[in-house]
Order: sequence, then C-alpha cells, then structure tokens
Amino acid sequence: MSPAPAPAAAPAAAPALAIRCRGVEKSYGSGDALVHALRKVDLDVAMGELLMLVGPSGCGKTTLISVLAGILDADAGEVAVLGADLRTMAKREVTRWRGEQVGFVFQAYNLVPTLTVEENVAIPLLLRGTPRRLALARAGELLEQVGLGARRRSAPRDLSGGQQQRVAIARSLVHEPRLLVCDEPTSALDAETGHGVMELLRAHAVRADRALVLVTHDSRIFEFADRIARMEDGRIRAVEPGRAALATEPH
Amino acid sequence: MIRIALKMLVGDRARYLGIVMGLTFAALLITQQSAIFVGLMTRTFGSITDLGQPGIWVMDPKVQFVDDVKPLQDTELLRVRGVDGVAWAVPLYKGLLKVRLHDGAYQTCNVFGLDDATLLGGPPEMVEGTLADLRRAEGVIVDENGANGKLATVRPDGTRVPLRVGDTLELNDHRAIVVGICRVSRTFQSQPVLYTTYQRATTYAPRERKLLSFVLADPKPGVDPSELCARIEAATGLQALTSDGFKTATYGYFMKYTGIPINFGIAVLLGFVIGTAIAGQTFYNFTLDNLRHFGTLKAMGATGPLLLAMILVQALVAGSIGWGLGVGGASLFGIVSRNSELAFRMPWQLLAISGGAVLFICLASALLAIKTVLRLEPAIVFKG
Ligand SMILES: Nc1ncnc2c1ncn2[C@@H]1O[C@H](COP(=O)(O)OP(=O)(O)OP(=O)(O)O)[C@@H](O)[C@H]1O
Ligand SMILES: [Mg+2]
Repeated sequence: MSPAPAPAAAPAAAPALAIRCRGVEKSYGSGDALVHALRKVDLDVAMGELLMLVGPSGCGKTTLISVLAGILDADAGEVAVLGADLRTMAKREVTRWRGEQVGFVFQAYNLVPTLTVEENVAIPLLLRGTPRRLALARAGELLEQVGLGARRRSAPRDLSGGQQQRVAIARSLVHEPRLLVCDEPTSALDAETGHGVMELLRAHAVRADRALVLVTHDSRIFEFADRIARMEDGRIRAVEPGRAALATEPH
Repeated sequence: MIRIALKMLVGDRARYLGIVMGLTFAALLITQQSAIFVGLMTRTFGSITDLGQPGIWVMDPKVQFVDDVKPLQDTELLRVRGVDGVAWAVPLYKGLLKVRLHDGAYQTCNVFGLDDATLLGGPPEMVEGTLADLRRAEGVIVDENGANGKLATVRPDGTRVPLRVGDTLELNDHRAIVVGICRVSRTFQSQPVLYTTYQRATTYAPRERKLLSFVLADPKPGVDPSELCARIEAATGLQALTSDGFKTATYGYFMKYTGIPINFGIAVLLGFVIGTAIAGQTFYNFTLDNLRHFGTLKAMGATGPLLLAMILVQALVAGSIGWGLGVGGASLFGIVSRNSELAFRMPWQLLAISGGAVLFICLASALLAIKTVLRLEPAIVFKG
C-alpha cells in the first residue's frame, strides 16, 4: 500500500467560500440627499455557515444583503457570490441566477394573500417552469418539514405570524438555493416564536453546500449564529464567532 | 405562473368585481348606444330596403334622401327606358296624402304608387291578402302598424277598432277599399304606409303638373349597375343611384344634417371614457396594491417578460369577462325592446367595435401597470 500524495489544498481544512466582497460601495440619491449606505465593505462568508449581520438602524444591513442577493447593484467594489461575479453580469443573467441560487426570507413574510399556502411555497419552482403538479408536491414536502403539512390549502391570513414565517422559510428552501438571505426574520414575532423559527432554520436550512446571511437586531437569537458581523455607518466594524460555532462541531 | 396570475386577480373579490363591472359598463354602454344608433340609421333608408329590388333609383338631381321627393315629368320614364343597358324601368309614386277615416278624422299617410303592370316595389311582407289584390278596383294595402294605430277608428265608447280588409277610406274625395294588410320596415316617418297602383295614386294626389317621384330601373344581365347609373345620368340629366348608393346617400344626409350622430357619438364616447376611467383606475390600483407581491416575485427571479405576461393575462381575462357581460346585457336589452318603438340593431361589427374598445381599455391600463412593475426595484421587498 503506497500512500497517495496529499492534495495541494485540503478541502476539509478550508471550506469553499460562498461570498467574497471587497471594497463594496453603495450610495442612494444625489447632491444634498446623497446617502452612503455602504462604504468599502469587505466580507467573506463560507459555505455551510450562518452569518448574522447586526448593527444600529440605518447602518446598511439591508443594503448589503440586497447587493449580495443580486437585487441591488453595487456602485464599486467586487461582489463574487457562489462563484458568480455579479458586477459584470447582465441584469437578465442576475435575475435568472437569483431565481435559481438564492432564497429569501423577509421580515414581513411577503406571502401572496390570494394564493394558498402550498401555492406560495411553490412559487420559486413555478417561476423556473417546474410543472404545477410537481411543484405543489415538492411544496407539500417542505411544508411537512416546517410542521405545516396540514395547512397546505389554507390561506396565509388564516395562519399566525410564526406560522406564516415558517411558510416563508419553506418557500425560500423549496428550490434548494445555495444562498439564503433573511432580513429580520424574527422581528415581527414574539421571543418564543422567533426562537422556534430560528431552530427551524438551523435544522433545515443550514447545510454544507449552502450559506446563510441573516440580518437582525434581535440579540435573543444571536446564539444561532456561526459568526456575527457588526456593522456601523456603512462599514463592517468587527466579525466575531457566534455561539452556535462554539457550541457545535462543524456540520 | 399564469394560473397564479389569475388567482391573484380573482382572489381579491371586491377589486375584481370593480374591474369587471367597469369593463362591463363600458362594453354595455358602447354596444347598446351604437346599436340604437345603427337601428335609427337603418330606419332612415327603410323605404329603400323594403323595395327589395337591388335595382337603380332615378330621381331629380336635387334629391338628397329617400323622403326628399322632387317630382319628375312622366316623360322621364320613357327617357330612362331608352337608355342602353336598361332591362326595364317602372314609375314609383311616393308622397304624403291626407286620408279621411270612417269617423271623419284625417290622417296623413305615406302613399306608394306602384307600376300598374308589374306592381314592382310592393311591401316586403303581406300579413293579409296579396299584392295582386291591388289590381282590384279602388284597392289599397295598408301597413299593419298604421291599421292598428293611427288608421284605427275610435268608437264613442272609447274602444279602438283597427282598420281591416274590406273597410273603406277616402283619399281626396276618392274612395279606396282596403284589400290587404302588410308589414313594412319602420322609418323616420311615423305616418301609416299605404300602397296602391301608380295610376290610382296620381288620381288621389292633388292635381299637379308633375307626379312621378322616382323611376325604378334594372340593368340588363351583364351590365354593371353603377356603370348604368352613370349612363342614365349622362343621357337624362337626372340623378341615378343603385339602391345601396341611395341608402348611403340617405344615411349620409341624416349623418350630416341631423344631431343624431353627435348625440350617440357623445353617449358612446362617454361610455368609453367612463369605462376607461373606472376599469383602468381599478386595474391600476389592483396592480399598485399587488406591487409588493410583484416585487417579491421579481426578487425570486421573475423576469420582465413573465411579469408582462401575467399582467396582460389579468387584464385580458377581466376584459373578456367584462365585454361578455356588457355585450350580453346589450343583447338582452335588444331582446326586451324587440317589440317596442325603439330602434335597435346589433350587427357583428358592433361587437367587434366594443370588443376593440374594451381591449384598448385593458391594454392601456395594463401598460400603465406594467410600466410601474417593470420599474419596480425588487429591493422594496425588504421594506417592512
Ligand atoms: N431606497 C433608498 N433611497 C434612499 N436612501 C435609502 C434607500 N434605502 C436605504 N436608504 C438609506 O441607506 C441607509 C442604509 O439603509 P438600510 O436599509 O440598508 O439600513 P438597515 O441597516 O437595514 O436599517 P434598519 O435596521 O432600520 O432596517 C439608511 O440611511 C437609509 O436611510
Ligand atoms: Mg433593514
């Protein structure tokens, strides 16, 4: 038995990078109304990681995840997400990339009220042309996972806030995106319900081939982070390990 | 996603109803008003339609429409007959004469005098008796509406007795016997219609130098009617029109010199404008209310063309339903008013016109909505 030569870079030692930002700038408006929302942001997020973005209101958290998810164009800098160089891609390409690679969870859930719960969950699949029957079946599976299998045919308004956010999580995962962005997913919920939503996210969304970026100012859920990036006035001030990383082995 | 788009549209009952009602209202008003308009316009040339014969009308050059009679000399008939290509030509008397009823009352009637030999130009439909009965001495044929209405006699106790076959009338001191009852198209003239022979009509009519109203002619086989008209005009100095041409001229006269088209034009336009305002406004509001959801779809990867298709489908479905209901409502109106005095005609062209108008309303409001949605920054989805 001759030992195989060791590879130059062991993948286990350095997990693949999901997001790499360098010198990202973004401002809104012009003249007197000019607002520098992002001032030279550098950020790396690894695959398999849940990174939380925290900081005071107006510091640029939402702007940053919008840039990362490809729904807002940066003014300057380098934005490489899941191997795609977003700043050089055409708008159409970015739209398609987003539809396939990114899942969203919003503070306001953003479920379409006139559709059933399962139809809402199926939307990302329907958008890429998956046949309705298949899409609904897959949506049903996801709803089972988030504990709402029995409510597939309900209208969103008949569910509680926590349940609606679980539906939104099912929707964000149904097409198996490799990046999940969540903006204040627990802010509209009470502590206990928010806790449940985060447990659900950690249990079903965190995977070795997926990165999560979650914006929050809810310190009660910091314990679910692998790392926490603190933002202030358009800059990232510090990145600290979160309690989830300390408490558990890498998944 | 088209199905999703439709559920988005239909899901909001109140708003959906608003959109559809607006479109229904627009379609109804446009169709119904134009149908009445078309009906009225058809009446203007009712006498030409009744004549049936797809022939040629020869008349004084100054005649502008069918009820505008300017008598010709009897000799003009012979001159028309002499034109090359004319198969036959017959005289027609058309004039308003006073009829004295049984009870002594007078009633003005629209009297047609038909060529004695051929009786060409008779009523389109007989209810009682035949056209040939006109050959009987003193015979006249009366139209149904006139017989039951203005020509009916009123008994002292107030009951109305319709004019019947066998009854007598008096025209300018000449006796006339009713030998038949016919049905005619309604015209703008509300007088009863009376048919008799040309000879008899000229005896009923007040003594005048000229009594010939029109010469009706027909081209020989293979002769083009409009060409023959030109030839007749050149040969006689009279005006010659095909019956379609005469209809157009009559209808054109009413279009030009009466307020009818303007009145209906305004009503139709009003329907269009109000419909556009209501439907366009509600549809646009519907889109605005759904802006967050369109933004969410956009964030999740919906492309511009897909959103466009979704909004178009929403608009077109609402449009089709609204148009269907509107046109259905207008037809219902037509059926209900079938036996009334109201003029109502709904040829397929009207459906096409109201369909086009509704389509325009839908596309216009969809376009407005699409513009807003396409401009939408998907980043709004993160707003609380
Ligand atoms: N569309 C916009 N037009 C102009 N200014 C904007 C716009 N969106 C955000 N801003 C400004 O950019 C800055 C960063 O906004 P952003 O929404 O990223 O902050 P945030 O950290 O998410 O705040 P919050 O915790 O309140 O959600 C703020 O000063 C905000 O007012
Ligand atoms: Mg924010």
